[in-house]
Amino acid sequence: MFFLIARRIVLALVTLLIISIIIFLGVEALPGDAATAYLGQSATPESLEALREEFGLNAPAHQRYLNWLGDMLRGDLGNSMSRRGKPVSEIIGNQFRNTVVLAVAAAIVGIPLAIVLGVFTGITRDKWPDILISFVAILGMTLPGFVTATVLIYVFSLRLEWFPAIAMVPTDAPVSEILPNIVLPIITLTFVMVAHILRLVRTNMIDVMVSNYVQMARLKGVPVMKIIFQHALPNAMLPSINVIALTMAWLLGGVAIIETVFKLVSTSSLICLPLYSTLACGLREDIKLITLCSVYEKTV
Amino acid sequence: MTATTQAAEQPIVVKRQHPIAETWENLRRSWGGMIGLSLIILHVLLALASPYIVPQDPLEMNSQIRNELPSSEHLFGTDKLGRDIFSRSLVGGRIALLVTVLGTAIAMTWGGLAGILFGFLGGRVDEIAMRIVDALLAIPWLLVLLLIISTLGTKPLVQILTFGFTYGYTAIRVARAATLDHVTREFILAARARGERKRTVVIRELLPNVLDVLLVDGAMNWSWMLLGFSSLSFLGFGVTPPTPDWGFMIAKNREIMAIQPWSVFGPVIMLSSLIIGINLFSDALAKALGLDRSQGAPV
Repeated sequence: MFFLIARRIVLALVTLLIISIIIFLGVEALPGDAATAYLGQSATPESLEALREEFGLNAPAHQRYLNWLGDMLRGDLGNSMSRRGKPVSEIIGNQFRNTVVLAVAAAIVGIPLAIVLGVFTGITRDKWPDILISFVAILGMTLPGFVTATVLIYVFSLRLEWFPAIAMVPTDAPVSEILPNIVLPIITLTFVMVAHILRLVRTNMIDVMVSNYVQMARLKGVPVMKIIFQHALPNAMLPSINVIALTMAWLLGGVAIIETVFKLVSTSSLICLPLYSTLACGLREDIKLITLCSVYEKTV
Repeated sequence: MTATTQAAEQPIVVKRQHPIAETWENLRRSWGGMIGLSLIILHVLLALASPYIVPQDPLEMNSQIRNELPSSEHLFGTDKLGRDIFSRSLVGGRIALLVTVLGTAIAMTWGGLAGILFGFLGGRVDEIAMRIVDALLAIPWLLVLLLIISTLGTKPLVQILTFGFTYGYTAIRVARAATLDHVTREFILAARARGERKRTVVIRELLPNVLDVLLVDGAMNWSWMLLGFSSLSFLGFGVTPPTPDWGFMIAKNREIMAIQPWSVFGPVIMLSSLIIGINLFSDALAKALGLDRSQGAPV
């Protein structure tokens, strides 16, 4: 057990290292560099050259990568070159926090809702509530986030005028001020998330409900509610937990689109996406790890 | 190849005709699958025929009739530049379909073959390859696409190759997992004992056995790819204006959604019906082939 966890941690670190190399190479391949981004239109060959010298951009790529890696390991994210030397941690800090607020809020609403609906559709299998909810779930699962978001904006902001269509708060506003502004993004994300998890819980629930021990409990005359929530649900949840975690991690990858739709984070934040994504990937590996531990503890 | 091996393969070929007919029989009975298939066929036909049947020129601008509401002449009204939204919605899926269909074919071919090969080889090669695939999968898909497309440009050929490459590594995992069920079976051992080359084992022995899994995953991949393409297009990295494309139309026309909702609903309905069609079809196909893919993670 301990060896297994240690192995997963090492593998997760190796994966992170590979990701950072891939992203570094990807950014290297992009046309332009930090010097051109810094100077913008006022760039002259001489000033570009001077700036590259100052930033150390003339060093070979592998050396710059190793420098960056060394700084990262010491917890120093460095200063943004394209944003006039502002510390990177300051720039991504708020935007990353907003993403997390959005994701966590969606998870708090979405996961319990998905489990309840999943159980409900599982036990009313192939009757009209199940067909109806499953169809809506297919919509949520398959439509691109911006399509769902656009329809929601039309209904809730333009027709009903309940919620603002775009988030009109600065990125560094306190959470209590941000939340009322991001109701629609949260609904969008929740909708997508519920769809994914619901289908899974439903399948597992159907599997469990026809199993022998549930039949036995029924024959013994255990009340239906008790069968569902005490006998069936814990066993239906077990295989679902891993996928719930994976779905969450995957959703974080696509959340940028929803943020763009609602102008939650300015699109220029795409520039610091490389760093943000490295963090998101770290989160993903953590989620994998945490899940693995919890699943193992339950099975052992 | 000797006469005996050919004779031994003969019954397999005859048998494989049968499962196809059986799958079709199963597929035909599920109404979800049939609705999905009709939607897909409708969209493919539309993509082929739309330039010849559109009522108005989708590129023609007319400053006299900007942001008009639906009328008999302009079924969905007109957009900010006075272009007919109905016509633009009809032709808006051509590039998306071209890129995603070819992209899916490329992705499933290289991803599927690579996955089978890794599953077959096992050992250290497999371990290293899967770590790299893990790393690639852990990078948010949007970022990968944006990095490649912004470097190489938005020409359709570049996009086909990009999507074919990036969506291939999900196929690697699927194909590898399916292969692991078969590599320990006797027929692989027999093929190895016969001294078959690795290439032969992968293509003639393993591929036919994981083909059903790959087909279902391919349909699924197609819908993810369409989602990816329209998302890129929504962000402005899809097609070059003024070429109409659903994702880009939705992005641009969102500004005038309050006065001209059809400018958004036209492309939304077209895009949604295609994606829903593909998903209904792949669901039904999985059931018809006896696979249940509702357990799998969406990665």
